[in-house]
Amino acid sequence: MPLDLILEQLLNGVQFSLMLFLLAAGLTLIFGVMDLINLAHGSLYMIGAYLTATFAPHVGFFPAVVLAILGTMLIGGLLEVTIIRRLYARTHLTQVLSTFALMLIANEVVRMIWGAQPIALSAPESLSQPVQLPGFKYSAYRLFIIAAGLGVGAGLYYLVNKTRVGMWLRAGASNREMTRAMGVKIGPLYTLIFALGAGLCALAGALLGPLLSVQVGMGENILILAFVVVVIGGIGSIKGAFIGSLLVGILDTAGRAFLPTWLTALFNPQLAGSFGPALASIAIYVLMAAVLFFKPRGLFPARGTG
Amino acid sequence: MKRLLPFLLLALGLALPFILTAMGQEYYISFASRVLVVALAASALNLILGYGGLVSFGHAAYFGAGAYTAALLAGKGAGLPAQLLVGTGVAALLAFVFGWAALRTRGVYFIMITLALAQMLYYLAVSSDSLGGEDGLRISRAALWGDLTLGDDRAMYYTALTALTLGLFVIWRVVHSRFGEVVQAARDNETRTAALGYPVRRYQLVNFVIGGALAGLAGVLMTQISGFTNPSLLSWQQSGQFMMMVILGGVGTFWAGLLGTAVLLGLEEYLGEVTERWPLFVGLILLGVMLFAPKGLGSLGTLFGRKKKEVVE
Repeated sequence: MPLDLILEQLLNGVQFSLMLFLLAAGLTLIFGVMDLINLAHGSLYMIGAYLTATFAPHVGFFPAVVLAILGTMLIGGLLEVTIIRRLYARTHLTQVLSTFALMLIANEVVRMIWGAQPIALSAPESLSQPVQLPGFKYSAYRLFIIAAGLGVGAGLYYLVNKTRVGMWLRAGASNREMTRAMGVKIGPLYTLIFALGAGLCALAGALLGPLLSVQVGMGENILILAFVVVVIGGIGSIKGAFIGSLLVGILDTAGRAFLPTWLTALFNPQLAGSFGPALASIAIYVLMAAVLFFKPRGLFPARGTG
Repeated sequence: MKRLLPFLLLALGLALPFILTAMGQEYYISFASRVLVVALAASALNLILGYGGLVSFGHAAYFGAGAYTAALLAGKGAGLPAQLLVGTGVAALLAFVFGWAALRTRGVYFIMITLALAQMLYYLAVSSDSLGGEDGLRISRAALWGDLTLGDDRAMYYTALTALTLGLFVIWRVVHSRFGEVVQAARDNETRTAALGYPVRRYQLVNFVIGGALAGLAGVLMTQISGFTNPSLLSWQQSGQFMMMVILGGVGTFWAGLLGTAVLLGLEEYLGEVTERWPLFVGLILLGVMLFAPKGLGSLGTLFGRKKKEVVE
């Protein structure tokens, strides 16, 4: 296989990983700090993409992304104050089903407002030409996504590790009761975390929108992937979410791109054609099972070791 | 009265097709079959979730495994007995493997790993040509005897009723056996049960396999009702729906599966006729129940009264 093709697929993998990271980062904080399993996280991603697609024709792509992030953060914050807040002290089972219900409601509301058909969202004009990298041409828009993902990742790293809010976050993820006892006002902190998670979802939805299609239910499969990332990385750990996203995103993309070819080399083409894609999709779950087998709390557990 | 309930329900079940025919509503016979079959799968989940206390988020895997096995066998010309037997067996085997892996973990991790394992199966079905990919597999209805096939609504209904009755009988026996007592004891206090010398994990695994096998049985019958299988039977949304049914019916109470399924499918059917926005209302009702009546519609639930315990490490 030519080297430039391998490089291109790797870049695609990194690009997907970084978007997955945006989702997983919010999910892991909500999971780790509030102990909430939030299936509605994928719905916020969907809402972000829809808002971007709605604003983009009027104000241009980049302002639309900003508006969508603000809008989704507002929706997320309202959701936290009205409903999500009541779920923190409940069983995981109640959380799963309540947020499952929220997901059904969100899908239906989006369908009511925007209709059942996928809607169009195209990449900005300025990034439509491919750029020449050493050896091959690569989509400028995908490069932009990689840069944006890395930038947001760095910003999150700064926020979590260098600021006071970040300190509360880390404290909350490692010991909730103690954080409360030390006088951190957890009510507003929780709302803030939820809104932050919603904003990250919206950004991922907005940036992936032009590559995938903007449609009802678009957040559901990527949500499960984000959960896999969170479990692999360790619940509550941003670093874990980052490493986990890279592992899952690259494995998934590379598996889809290369596995069928490798299998064809080993077995007959028909068998490879039939099971190659299946094996590629399954690979990440095998990875997760393997990680849990050796490290039952994920690679970088945030919770205190005591 | 309570002792008579199963017999009254059975009598109602036996009479239902005649009642519906008398009312001129034959269309609903096939709907009733669907309720019975899904109720069997939901009751099986209730055995794992309600009595075993294990939040399995991958119940669709066993349901779908039964369905796909039956469809593959039907494609090779196998009859109903073989489909039922092998379909249930494959689901049981799968539940054994998945249960073995998942029971190494607890709590949130158990939820996530059962979900992930079921997703593996879903993607296998979606991307494998021999399983029909996105379209799934079509089957022709199995013959019962003579010219009578399960394509006949009444024949299908009584087959489903028989399966549900048998399934509920098995669950009742399991729950009220020494074995079932241990499983429930482990749900209430795992450490103490283990300290009494019971190999908790092994009990839970066997319970998990029984639940998986019954879900597989339901899956086999589901293909006979709809005439096809498709990956949505294996999807995590389907698993979520099973959980919804169990919770609506009152988790850990004997009739939870039947009650929850009848309510949820009835609601979908009714709302589906009134408005195409029915998922919105199902979502709102579910959310309302979860927020304000977490014990489910049957108020007999005991499991849910407990508050979530903080995990202290």
